[in-house]
Amino acid sequence: MTRVSLLLLGVLVLCALSLVTSRHEARRSFVELEREQARAHQYDVEYGQLSLEASTWGTPARVEKIAREQLHMQLPTPARIAIVDVPAGAAR
Amino acid sequence: MSAAAMGRARAGRKAPVAELPRLRALMVFGGLALLFVVLLLRSLDLQWLENGFLQGQGAARFSRELELPAHRGRIVDRNGTALAVSTPVKSLWVFPDKVEATPGQLKELAHVLEAAPRALATRLHGADEFTYLARRLSPDTAQRAMAIGIKGLNEQNEYRRYYPDGDVTAQIIGFTGDRDRGQEGIELSQQAWLGGTPGSRRVIIDRRGEAVEDVAAIRAPQAGRDLALSIDSRIQYLAFRELKAAVDRSKAKAGSIVVIDARTGEILALANLPTYNPNSRDKVTRNRMRNRALTDTFEPGSVMKPFTIAAALEAHKITPDTVIHTEAGQMTIGPNTIHDAHRAGPLTVAQVIQKSSNVGAAKIALSLPAKTMWNMFTEAGFGTPPQTGFPGEAGGRLRAPNTWRPIEQATMAYGHGLSVTLVQLARAYTIFADGGELKPVELLKTDGPVAGVPVIKPETAREIRHMLELVVQPGGTAPEAQVPGYRVGGKTGTARKVAGGAYERKYVADFVGIAPMSNPRLIVAVMIDEPSTGDYYGGSVAGPVFSNVVGAALRMMNVPTDAPVDNVLLPAKDGGVKEES
Repeated sequence: MTRVSLLLLGVLVLCALSLVTSRHEARRSFVELEREQARAHQYDVEYGQLSLEASTWGTPARVEKIAREQLHMQLPTPARIAIVDVPAGAAR
Repeated sequence: MSAAAMGRARAGRKAPVAELPRLRALMVFGGLALLFVVLLLRSLDLQWLENGFLQGQGAARFSRELELPAHRGRIVDRNGTALAVSTPVKSLWVFPDKVEATPGQLKELAHVLEAAPRALATRLHGADEFTYLARRLSPDTAQRAMAIGIKGLNEQNEYRRYYPDGDVTAQIIGFTGDRDRGQEGIELSQQAWLGGTPGSRRVIIDRRGEAVEDVAAIRAPQAGRDLALSIDSRIQYLAFRELKAAVDRSKAKAGSIVVIDARTGEILALANLPTYNPNSRDKVTRNRMRNRALTDTFEPGSVMKPFTIAAALEAHKITPDTVIHTEAGQMTIGPNTIHDAHRAGPLTVAQVIQKSSNVGAAKIALSLPAKTMWNMFTEAGFGTPPQTGFPGEAGGRLRAPNTWRPIEQATMAYGHGLSVTLVQLARAYTIFADGGELKPVELLKTDGPVAGVPVIKPETAREIRHMLELVVQPGGTAPEAQVPGYRVGGKTGTARKVAGGAYERKYVADFVGIAPMSNPRLIVAVMIDEPSTGDYYGGSVAGPVFSNVVGAALRMMNVPTDAPVDNVLLPAKDGGVKEES
C-alpha cells in the first residue's frame, strides 16, 4: 500500500514538474511566435514599399524619357523594319 | 495514579499561575474577536464590493489589449505591376500645453520636419487641444523626430496609399480617403475586397513588457486582399500618351480612349483627359476625377452605322453589294432633310460604310422595322449599363422603338438621337471581332476564354469586318488609322453636339477600330470632345490615335504581323473623304 502511494507521489511530482516546464516552454515559444509574426508583418510592409519603388522606377513614362533623352533611342520607321518569317517547327 | 493524586498534581501546578481576572479575559477575547471581524469585513470588501475595480487594476498591470493592424490590399495590373500600394507612415501629435522642449530641441525638430521654426512655434502655442504637428511622415523621419527626445511629442501609425502611375490611371483606380477607405473608382467599388479590418488581442505581458500568452478572445485582423485589374500598364501608358498628344494637337476640351481585348472583353487600357494626380489632389475638381469613358454619354455619330447595316444584313434586306442611291447627298423625310458631307452618287452597301454616307445608312434603316433596329442596338449592349461594377457607370439612352418617328429612325441609323458611353461602344464592336458574340466587358483580370452572347451570324461579322477595313483604305474616311504591318479596320464618327435641344457647331470626333483583321485581338475606341482647330473629323483627329496605339500595343503583345510593313497607302493630298455625323 505504502509502496503504491510512494510511486504515485513520484508520478505526481514528475507531472507537476513537467507542467512547469511545458508551461515555460509554451510561453517561450509564444514569445518567439510573436517575434516571427512581427517580422512577417515587417517583411510584408517592406515588400509593399519595394514593389512601390519598382513600380515608380519602372513607370513607362520614365523609361521612355530615359530611352529618348539619355540613350537617344527612337522608334524605327517602317522602312527600317524587316519581318522575318520563321517556319513552324524551326529551331527556337 | 489515583484520581486524588492527579487532582493534587494539577492543583499544585496551577497554584503559582495567577488566575486572570474575568473582566480582563473577556476584554482580550473581545479585542481579538474584533480584529477578526475587521479582517473579515475587509476581505468581504475586497472580494465583493471592490472586486471589479481590483480585477481591472490587476489586469492592467499584466495584460494588454494590442491592436493588430490590417493593411489595405494592393491593386496591381494584369502583369503584377503595382498600381496602388499602402505603406505605413507616422503622424506626430501633441497636446501643446503638455510639451516641454528647449528652444534648441524645437530648432532641431523644425530641421527634421523641414518646417519653418516659426510656423512650428505657432502650432505649438496656437491651440491647447490635440494638434497634429506633421502628418504622414516616412517612418525614418518620424524616428529622427522622436529621437530628439521632446517630452509630450507622440507618434501615431497611419497608412498612406501611393499611386506610382499617377495621372495615367487616375480615374480607373480612384483613391482612398480618411482611414484609407476607398472613395472613388475601383478603390470604392472593391472596398470590401481591398479593405482590411483591424483585429485586436489581449495578452499577458511579463515584467519586460513582452507578450507571453494570449488570453482568450482574439479578433484576427483581416488583411485586405490584392486585386489584379485587367489593365496592362504599358498599353495604358501608350493609350494615355497618344490620347494626350491628340487632345493637345486638336485643342480639344476632353478625350477618352478604351482598349479592349477582343477575345475576353477585358479592358486593357482606359484613359481620360483631363486628369489629375491622385498622389496630391488638394485642388482637383470633380470634372477631372470623372471617368468619362464609363460615366459620360454622347451621341456617337457614324460609328453606329455598322450596326444598322448588320441588322439589315441579318434581315436579308441587303447584301454587301446591293447598290443604294444616295440621291445627290440629300434626302427629305417629312419636314426634315438629311445631308451627306459630299455627294457620292450610287454606292454599294460596303461603300456606304467606307464613305460614311448618311443618306445611304438612313435609306437602309428605313427599309427595316424600327423594332428590328432596336433589337440589334439593344443586343449590342446600347441603352443598358455594361455591368463593369464601376461606380456611376452610365447606360446611355435608347428609346423604345414604338416611339420612333421615321426621321428619328433615319438619324439613329447614323448615331444621332441616341447616346452611349465609350466603353459601351468599344464593347459593342466585339460582335464584329469575334464571330458575332457580344463579350462581357471586364475591369478585373479574368482567366481563360470568356463566353459571349451570340448576336449576329459569323458571316455577317466577317462581311462587316471587310467593310471596316475599306474605311482605312484610300477612298475611305480614315486612311490615317492604318497601321504598318497589320491589317486593321474601323469606323469614324463626327457628331455635332446637342446643347439645349439644338445642334451646335461643336463636335465629337470618334473612331472605333479592330486589329489585326486576320485574327482580331484588340478593339480600340477613341473619343475626342470638341476639337477646336477647325479639323474635327473622326478620321483625322481620332484615327491617328488608333493607329499609334494599335501598332505599339500589337508589337508589345507579340502579335504576328499579317501584312507587309509597307502596307500603308495614303490618298493623294485633298483626295480624302470627309464625313459629318
